[in-house]
Amino acid sequence: MNFDFSDDQKQLRDQARKFLAEKCSAKAVRVVLDGKAPYDKELWKGLAEMGFLGVAIPEEFGGAGAGHLELCVIAEEMGRANAPVPFSSTVYLAAEALLIAGSDAQKKKWLPAIASGEAIGTLALFEGKGNPSSKNVKLTAANGTLNGVKKPVADGAIADFAVIAARTGSTGRDGDVSLFLVDLKAGGVEVKSLTNLDPTRGQAEITFKDCKAEPLGAAGEGWSILTQVLDRAAVLCAFEQVGGADRALEMGRDYALDRIAFGRQIGSFQAIKHMLADMYVSATLARSNSYYGAWALSTNAAELPEAAAAARISATQAFQHCAKNNIQVHGGMGFTWEFDCHMYYRRANAMALGLGSLSYWEDQLIDRMRKKNAA
Amino acid sequence: MNFDDTPQEAEFRATARAWIAANAPKQYEEELRKSSLGRTVLRNANILEVAKAWQKKKADAGWACLHWPKEYGGRGSSPIERVIWQQEEGPFGQLSRMFIIGHGMCGPTMMAFAREEHKRTYLPPLASGEKVWCQLFSEPAGGSDVAGLRTRAEKDGDDWIVNGQKIWTSGAHYSDYGILLTRTDPTVPKHKGLTMFFLDMKSPGVEVRPIKQASGASDFNEVYFTNVRIPDHQRLGEVGDGWNVSLTTLMNERSAIGAAVSTGFPELFEYCASLMLDDGPAIEDRAVRSKLANWAVKASGLKYTSMRAISALSRGERPGPENSIGKLVAGSMIQDVATYALDLQGASGVVSGEEAELAGRFQAMLLRAPGTRVEGGTDEIMRNIIAERVLGLPGDIRVDKDVPFNKIPTKGRG
Repeated sequence: MNFDFSDDQKQLRDQARKFLAEKCSAKAVRVVLDGKAPYDKELWKGLAEMGFLGVAIPEEFGGAGAGHLELCVIAEEMGRANAPVPFSSTVYLAAEALLIAGSDAQKKKWLPAIASGEAIGTLALFEGKGNPSSKNVKLTAANGTLNGVKKPVADGAIADFAVIAARTGSTGRDGDVSLFLVDLKAGGVEVKSLTNLDPTRGQAEITFKDCKAEPLGAAGEGWSILTQVLDRAAVLCAFEQVGGADRALEMGRDYALDRIAFGRQIGSFQAIKHMLADMYVSATLARSNSYYGAWALSTNAAELPEAAAAARISATQAFQHCAKNNIQVHGGMGFTWEFDCHMYYRRANAMALGLGSLSYWEDQLIDRMRKKNAA
Repeated sequence: MNFDDTPQEAEFRATARAWIAANAPKQYEEELRKSSLGRTVLRNANILEVAKAWQKKKADAGWACLHWPKEYGGRGSSPIERVIWQQEEGPFGQLSRMFIIGHGMCGPTMMAFAREEHKRTYLPPLASGEKVWCQLFSEPAGGSDVAGLRTRAEKDGDDWIVNGQKIWTSGAHYSDYGILLTRTDPTVPKHKGLTMFFLDMKSPGVEVRPIKQASGASDFNEVYFTNVRIPDHQRLGEVGDGWNVSLTTLMNERSAIGAAVSTGFPELFEYCASLMLDDGPAIEDRAVRSKLANWAVKASGLKYTSMRAISALSRGERPGPENSIGKLVAGSMIQDVATYALDLQGASGVVSGEEAELAGRFQAMLLRAPGTRVEGGTDEIMRNIIAERVLGLPGDIRVDKDVPFNKIPTKGRG
């Protein structure tokens, strides 16, 4: 058994960590946080040059053709660095949807553009309140034309294209939903930026008015494809969350060693030590669940749906737990704009919602475990 | 990343599996499989006898104490082979619980500190289960603070005379031998005046009194020493070096890695899948599902954390302090799971024993669970270990560290 990343993959992790430490300092993140840029264009270009954007995209479509384990390794580092780039929407959602359901022509058009950093993509699924559910898809598609409103759409204001879930039937079942691909720079699209919890990754409202769209995958297969995309993205996001949780834990640990109060390092008080130990425990459980998700994703195992839900829940909890308690360890300083704690707190809580809330994934996990037990 | 055995591991697994299939006491398999924390009892047999018979059979065929050297009754296996054996032994491995202290802690301590002739005499019958060992460390005044113990050993010619009391000694009532930590010099700071011995539990002056636990069972004991004579050649390590010797013992506790940690979750999930609440099946209930999902990811997180540790073992790495998380997480989880299972039963959850749901499995779990959070290091000690040895935070301030033992205050209020 080798339930761990290979030496090559660990080397890739070191390389990504080094690159991000250099190109994605907290100062660089703050440029986006403070609203001075919608995302870090230089970093995005650099990620493309390093081959990180196309690491899981096959070589025939302009990628490095390495695989999903390599992508997991990079995802963890993106989370650790709190990178202010549209990585998850482009690479986990748009690219994965194309890989699963795209025609050869669609893959040839968009995947090389993703790998080279020329195209930013996203998935437009939500329409206001509610979790992923075919019933919540109201935007309609008829004769290759979309009408309706999607929000929030992650990175919607900077995306070049979007995968869109649209209603094409009226049976009241999952088969009513189909996916479409839209070039957002073409006509019929109106984009409005939304303020949101985590300004380092933007959110938008997109209105489609008689917008031309091409089908992605077979008609009526949309929900089934989406479920696969969300499962894959859940594993990849879990690695980002684990990276973020680890970084928040490190920040808390370092501060506890540095800060003196009552004549002692505050890290010598059991109340602080035990809080940090609990952060370590939650991050470790999340890491282990995520490794299982990575294994299932990279081998396309039948266990993927269950593993993805477990990784999602565990990593969401861990990142929220570590980000929250990192601020607590920092005391009053942790609550200031000046310290970096809030950036991870924002990211943790925004990421907890992006693919559907915890209660959605709890439901998914229990359904999938029941199915397995029944089988 | 894969879950595959190497060719050598696969061969070892196949051999082990075949031998277990041909030799295990299958008549107890179902009962052992269904036993969960707080309930390893056999209805129609004495579990100690069954355990001893299985251990002897393993020893005769070379499957006892796999990682011990052959000359002391083991097999000389690698740590990863030990893990594979545990996976294959499955529910029958529960029988080894009777020997866990002897095999996991006393044996390795003897190997590190006993004279060669003692090792050859005492270790093989320990490995084969013919002789059972216990560990006499904790005292009423020294639980988490083990170095605060008061049992005295005084030199008398070639012997030592021991007086005092130990507590929480698992299995002392059926043990043949024990390793014993004593105070030999009260005039130096507490960690420096300790000395370790091994002794025959049938020695005159040793009295074992079982403690009735909260669960009603009696797995632990108080052990009283009145002028017990121990020959000096049964000393383990140097006089005054008992603390270091005991650390070797405690470090070996950690290598019990790979053994499945009981969380109570599989039992709860199965129960909820069949339980009908007033409004329908429990597993359809939103609140129930949320609870289950939260425990599910803890249980799977522990499982895959242990697989990561096994991978490290198979690369030849040693188990580290990070493995403290298994007991820490599982201990309070099993307590919460049991509480919740009873909550789902409503007022009838109060009924225990054979008339209760699932023959009182969750009630038994509830009453045993507090012990898991204390034995082998409390939750608080586990958190300290993680904070200090994994995260590198400062050690606790110990005000008695440099004070001679006999000058340390013994009461809260003077």
